[in-house]
Amino acid sequence: MGQSALLLKLELQSNPEMLCVVRHALGQLAETLGFSSAECRAVVLAVDEALTNIIRHGYGGEEGHPIRASFRRIQVALGGRQRKALEIMLEDRGKKVDGPKLCGRPLEELRPGGLGIHLINECMDAVEFRRKLGRNQLRLIKLLHGPKAEMGA
Amino acid sequence: MQISARHLDKTTIFDVSGDIDLATSPQLRKALLHELRETRTPRVVLNLKAVRYMDSSGVASLVEGLKVSRGSGARLILYGLNPSVREVLQLSKLVKIFEIYENEEQAISP
Repeated sequence: MGQSALLLKLELQSNPEMLCVVRHALGQLAETLGFSSAECRAVVLAVDEALTNIIRHGYGGEEGHPIRASFRRIQVALGGRQRKALEIMLEDRGKKVDGPKLCGRPLEELRPGGLGIHLINECMDAVEFRRKLGRNQLRLIKLLHGPKAEMGA
Repeated sequence: MQISARHLDKTTIFDVSGDIDLATSPQLRKALLHELRETRTPRVVLNLKAVRYMDSSGVASLVEGLKVSRGSGARLILYGLNPSVREVLQLSKLVKIFEIYENEEQAISP
């Protein structure tokens, strides 16, 4: 991993009404960084789904709990060359996330719910989760014009 | 999100606008399930032309509506999907499960 530059830091509450605020800010940020329209939509969807999971499962739907989001421009070594990317780190003090739940559910089953993790994995180039000092940390990476540039392709 | 209803012969059209997310999807779910379970409308159409964004909670509301409609012999129809809404259904592998049309004329034709 090469140099990294902090672009934006948000301290928000676990309030579903804040999701649209984050989406708009992140959409603008991704566009400014040069991501295509489809890539912007992918980043926005992944972060929105991750925040939704924190609010619903980490904090059990309770409002007023803290969530930190930071956005960095980074360089990622891939295939022998440096690639530009956006790194998003989401941190919360909610319940510990079960490992198996991070894998999502089979999509063949027609039932509501359980799609969030699948969408995050589809939209982002790297997804890493860890529990550290009583906090859940989710790290998401989106390569600029990476292999998942076109959503739903 | 805003939602309003128009009633035609044996058909209800919901005109939805704005974002469907964790904060707003319960409103969509409630309207859909009421129309399918209580009013028992044979054909429920969702006009999504003015929906800018939909997340998995919105998809879950649609799936629940679809399951109820199948159970009661009704039809749940979507039309006017913008790229963001279409993509989330494609990524969820659900785009072929729903009855989807380009415009209202197609959606309400017999």
